[in-house]
Amino acid sequence: MVKQKQETANQPDNTAFTQQRLPAWQPIISAGIVIPGFLIIGLAFIGIGVALFVTSQSIQVLEMDYTGVDKTSPCNRCTDPNVKSCLCQMDFSIDTLFKGPVFFYYGLSNYYQNFRKYGVSIDYNQLFGDLSYFTSPSEKCSPYQYDNNNNPIVPCGAMANSMFSDTFKLFQIVNGTNKEVPLDGKGIAWWTDSNIKYRNPSVTPLQMAFNNTVKPLLWANPAYQLDPADANNNGFINQDFLVWMRRAALPNFRKLYRRITSGDYTQGLPAGNYTLQIAYNYPVLSFGGRKTVVFSNVSWMGGKNDFLGIAYLVIGSMCIIMSIVMLIVYAKFRFSEEE
Amino acid sequence: MLRRLNRLLGGDERRVDSRTIYVGRQPGSTNEAFIPPKFCDNRIVSSKYTVWNFLPKNLFEQFRRIANFYFLIIFLVQVIVDTPTSPVTSGLPLFFVITVTAIKQGYEDWLRHKADYEVNKYRVTVLEDGRRISKESEKIKVGDVVEVVEDETFPCDLILLQSSRDDGTCFVTTASLDGESNHKTHYTVPDIEKDLEMLCATIECEQPQPDLYKFVGRMQIYRNNQESVVRSLGPENLLLKGATLKNTKKICGVAVYTGMETKMALNYQGKSQKRSAVEKSINAFLLVYLCILLSKALVCTTLKYVWQSKPGQDEPWYNEKTPREKETNLYLKMFTDFLSFMVLFNFIIPVSMYVTVEMQKFLGSLFITWDKDFFDPEIKEGALVNTSDLNEELGQVEYVFTDKTGTLTQNNMEFIECCIDGFQYTYRDTASELDGFCVTDGPVSKLPQKASTEREELFLRALCLCHTVQVKEPTEQDQGQGGGLLDQVDGLGVDGEVLQPPQEEKGFIASSPDEIALVKGAVRYGFTFLGLENKVMKILNRNKDVEMYELLHVLNFDPVRRRMSVIVRSRSGDTLLFCKGADASIFPRVRQEEVERIRMHVDRNAKEGYRTLCVAYKYLSAEEYAQADAGLREARLALQDREEKLMAVYNQVETGMSLIGATAVEDRLQEEAAETMESLQGAGIKIWVLTGDKMETAKSTCYACRLFQRNTELLELTVRTLEDGRMRREARLHELLIEYHKKAVQDVPPGVTRSWCSDSQDYGFIIDGASLSMVLNCSHESNSSLYKNLFLQICQNCTAVLCCRMAPLQKAQIVKMVKNSKGSPITLSIGDGANDVSMILEAHVGIGIKGKEGRQAVRNSDYAIPKLKHLKKLLLAHGHLYYVRIAHLVQYFFYKNLCFILPQFLYQFFCGYSQQPLYDAAYLTMYNICFTSMPILAYSLLEQHICIDVLLENATLYRAIAKNAMLRWGPFIKWTLQGVFHGLVFFFGVRYLFSNPALQNNGQVFGNWSYGTIVFTVLVFTVTLKLALDTRHWTWLNHFVIWGSLAFYVVFSFFWGGIIWPFLSQQRLCSVFAKMLSSLSVWLVIILLILLSLLPEILLVVFRNPFAPRPRQRKPVQSSVGVLQSPRSSSRHLLMRTFSDESNTVF
Repeated sequence: MVKQKQETANQPDNTAFTQQRLPAWQPIISAGIVIPGFLIIGLAFIGIGVALFVTSQSIQVLEMDYTGVDKTSPCNRCTDPNVKSCLCQMDFSIDTLFKGPVFFYYGLSNYYQNFRKYGVSIDYNQLFGDLSYFTSPSEKCSPYQYDNNNNPIVPCGAMANSMFSDTFKLFQIVNGTNKEVPLDGKGIAWWTDSNIKYRNPSVTPLQMAFNNTVKPLLWANPAYQLDPADANNNGFINQDFLVWMRRAALPNFRKLYRRITSGDYTQGLPAGNYTLQIAYNYPVLSFGGRKTVVFSNVSWMGGKNDFLGIAYLVIGSMCIIMSIVMLIVYAKFRFSEEE
Repeated sequence: MLRRLNRLLGGDERRVDSRTIYVGRQPGSTNEAFIPPKFCDNRIVSSKYTVWNFLPKNLFEQFRRIANFYFLIIFLVQVIVDTPTSPVTSGLPLFFVITVTAIKQGYEDWLRHKADYEVNKYRVTVLEDGRRISKESEKIKVGDVVEVVEDETFPCDLILLQSSRDDGTCFVTTASLDGESNHKTHYTVPDIEKDLEMLCATIECEQPQPDLYKFVGRMQIYRNNQESVVRSLGPENLLLKGATLKNTKKICGVAVYTGMETKMALNYQGKSQKRSAVEKSINAFLLVYLCILLSKALVCTTLKYVWQSKPGQDEPWYNEKTPREKETNLYLKMFTDFLSFMVLFNFIIPVSMYVTVEMQKFLGSLFITWDKDFFDPEIKEGALVNTSDLNEELGQVEYVFTDKTGTLTQNNMEFIECCIDGFQYTYRDTASELDGFCVTDGPVSKLPQKASTEREELFLRALCLCHTVQVKEPTEQDQGQGGGLLDQVDGLGVDGEVLQPPQEEKGFIASSPDEIALVKGAVRYGFTFLGLENKVMKILNRNKDVEMYELLHVLNFDPVRRRMSVIVRSRSGDTLLFCKGADASIFPRVRQEEVERIRMHVDRNAKEGYRTLCVAYKYLSAEEYAQADAGLREARLALQDREEKLMAVYNQVETGMSLIGATAVEDRLQEEAAETMESLQGAGIKIWVLTGDKMETAKSTCYACRLFQRNTELLELTVRTLEDGRMRREARLHELLIEYHKKAVQDVPPGVTRSWCSDSQDYGFIIDGASLSMVLNCSHESNSSLYKNLFLQICQNCTAVLCCRMAPLQKAQIVKMVKNSKGSPITLSIGDGANDVSMILEAHVGIGIKGKEGRQAVRNSDYAIPKLKHLKKLLLAHGHLYYVRIAHLVQYFFYKNLCFILPQFLYQFFCGYSQQPLYDAAYLTMYNICFTSMPILAYSLLEQHICIDVLLENATLYRAIAKNAMLRWGPFIKWTLQGVFHGLVFFFGVRYLFSNPALQNNGQVFGNWSYGTIVFTVLVFTVTLKLALDTRHWTWLNHFVIWGSLAFYVVFSFFWGGIIWPFLSQQRLCSVFAKMLSSLSVWLVIILLILLSLLPEILLVVFRNPFAPRPRQRKPVQSSVGVLQSPRSSSRHLLMRTFSDESNTVF
């Protein structure tokens, strides 16, 4: 008995796993699967590609550079750093109805929001409403941590400090008079940013929380006064601020400024002449940047982007070509085999 | 006596350094000042660490590994310098790796501690002041008198003082030392008092040295106030630690060497660290990737400063520098930037690869241990894996060096047949009867004709008398074990039916298994040797009568005479001489007319691979005997040239004999030895047989194993062929080598590797030890290398090589020579005895057979298997699979890290070279640990690109992966290019998508973390699906792990972005993933990029060249039609497969 037991103890387990005999599926990639597979994928891709391309083509985009590099540019005079609170106007006209809802973006180029040091120069604890960080901002915010008088800056850091400060007003010229197009500043930032990620300190009035702190050096107004029109759009959950704080991935980027959704413009911007009034505050020429405004409508796929449609078309046709080549090779081989 | 004296004198000259031991640790004489000499204690320490030094020592050892050190440096850089990623990202994996390794090594050392403890705490009996004291083994001191009882191992090296046997001898086996399992006789020092308490003596002997067979010393015995007596001591007096006392009740001995100074400890070699070729490849690839890493960092640093030199770029107003940054020296800044880039890109060198590779090897080796095909019901053991580092090397073997005895053959001598007066007597078990020739009416099966009974009995008496076999007396212990006799002491019970019960308890002991086989053979025919008592040999004959013979002389066997004789006197007063020996040494000494009829049988038997011996006898008249007796006595007492004189007398006595018959003893081939060898050859492996045996036997074994075929042309380079043509040996050697070289190498059509084409002439090469040493140690320096080259070239073009008469060291030499030859082929040595240890250690892979000759080979091997036949599966199936698995694992690891880091590198061009990471820190850390590690681990454990049965059937498949085919630069570059392609696709695909970052129908824009997350998602899916595409063997585990890790990635990402993590200082990934998935464009781009990345992969698989080095063979699936795929169709071009092929296939 003992001997038998020993035997079984020493003998390896006879299971499918230990004997490497687990039941297995052994896929075979062969012409019989690949050729029709490629064909199907190709056709599907071409279908998607056409849809994407058509959609992308139907999206209207109007982009204007208002940096004012050219002497002739209306904003040229504002490029002088000595000129304070400069206003300039850009006139443009729309030939056909610019279908709504129209999205109003501002764009910056050669602007590196994705600098590593720039990106980390932020104190999330402040932005989460933690008052203890109001008085002693994170070291990471340096050199935008304290002002010259050693007062803590709230919100601290390079990113907040450099918030985009140009403001725009859009007028339609109707019968020679400027009719202001209402711009909707709601819902331009991620919902989660304003509701989860960033929080104002739970102090009312909000201003009290900012005692003994200073606003970022380049800001015109302190954080609690970013939107004089809407009390709920102030502090760290100000939509413009949130949009800015979402770092752009690439040095040439655009950010959503406003939406045109209300009033007479629900259906879009009708054809006609328009004037864009720009409060020109934001300097970009020192680093060779450009500023643009972009009007665009969006589709199910987002803004205009031809790349996706073209890529789908190209890859779809490649698949089809490959399947045809394979079919020819296959037929040839089969033919020669039969010989 | 004289020899001993000589040795002592010789010893005197060399004895510069000797030790003096006081027996019983008492000062030898009163007039000498007693200075207790310092010797080490008897503690054996094989462990590496203690509790105290484990941590520092282990850490030190681990960081000596270049990869660990590299990661430590990276970690330190991250801690010190302001780098883009937190130290946690590299510290955590490193900590993990170090901990796992430390635990593993700690466990191994704990086992060693345990083994040491067992040895050191073993209770031994020490005689002290006349009392017997039980002590722990480690407390034995030099000079202690130790008592050892039967079947105990000696706790240290002892000088034998007293034995329970009357003749002052004892028997030991040294199986665990040198593997020889026969019994060796050791002698007590002569003239020692019975009462050891009274013994007062000193021993002077040489300092410890590792040679097991050398010992020089002398013993000075002081008798009560008399002058001292000096006795010389030699190896026959020395009992070695580790040897076992056999057949002797108990002995007493004095310890001379203890602990780490014993010969066993001195012989203990730390096993050399064998590194597999795969590891070398890994290191080479690592170097390449290190260069890529350095150049990437360098390029980025350079470009950063070039880019910054443009106005406005260095410090734009929105991103001013801190005062400290402004003050920092430019070059220091450059350096820290360089380091930062290094840290950012360091993930390209996968820290987790080492863990994964180690896990794969460790877990993978379990499959070898678990394999029930390796389980041998006889020894009740399966395969043993001593090192898991070499699994994949099993798939790369090009040369197999195999021992003959015990490896190719069973080392289980069996009496097969004899011939008496030219009549053949065959005895076989009915079970093993092959030719249907057997007559089973009784123990003796005869041919129709037979010799006279008288001759038969004479022959059998000769077998019973002419030997030096001893009968093992059954001890109580043995009976307790139910007759389970160990080692060479084979129970007679094996051949049960013909034996009487009382004899079943007996076993025979002899120094050679052949003798036992012969005595047992005689038992089968009715003559049983009962034993030797007081010089009387007793035989139980067929009529159950006991015959007594007085043993007068034994004319010992020696290799020069190649025969032995005994002179006995029967009861009737006749004096007889029985002689047995090799045919060549017997035939000239017998009457010639008798020779021919026997020679026929002998030749036939030899050809069949049996060991043959001839038996002769002669009656000695009284005068003749008196003369011989006188001659022998005189010669034995001679002081000079004793050996020669003895030889002369022997030769004189052993003449004019008459031949009675011949015996054939078979050393059976191992099961399936021939099939194994054949399939190994089919796998393109060259097989060399290295044996200490003589050429004829070895050659016949080779034929039997089908290593040599009938049409194989044998090229012999042996002492025989060298002496053929009356030339000087060296000249003849030169001539032969040139001739063979011409034959085997030059005449081969170029471009054809000999062993690979079956229709051309096969060559076999035979060389013996003497010739080999001539080849290797040629007197002319210039010729030496030439000969060596010629020899190697000849051997490499032969299908099989037989090296006979090899010393163990020569075996290792040959292995080394082949190992270091051009192309450094992978060698494998397989053997079972201690004489194979050197070659097992020398070869890339050493395999021990759990055979009869002790465990030495097994202990020194990398893998141990019970039988030779298991080698086939070990190499063809396990080796092949492990190689493919690990090769794929390594390539895949580098690939996946390249396409992981490449986008991060490319991103630097778009973020002003600011070391901005593309991926979140969590992704950076988890990519290798969690998201992509499990599928490849599962793949590397379970993949069977060709299923095991097919691998075993088609040995040729083994060639497909020969020469490290999957880890050469070609495949590496292919994988690297693939990684680069994928990296480019991932990055630029998303880059063009982000030319308009408004990707949702609500017009909101995505930021940089969305960018990184999209790239990362595509990356994780692509690398996992690529592996899925490579997987040919989908078990539920593969499914679980592949789909599981993808699911885990998705779930983790949701979770990571779905919660505000209190311990994080930033919440940058907050809801990024969820937001990303709410965009249709992102979905489309993810699908697009995955497909684009995998398209070339699919095309490659489809268009794979049928002659590619790695044929993807599908398992022949038994369809309902039952058509097995022909081998041709398996390697057919994939595209050639018809659609009907598929319809036959059951998925």
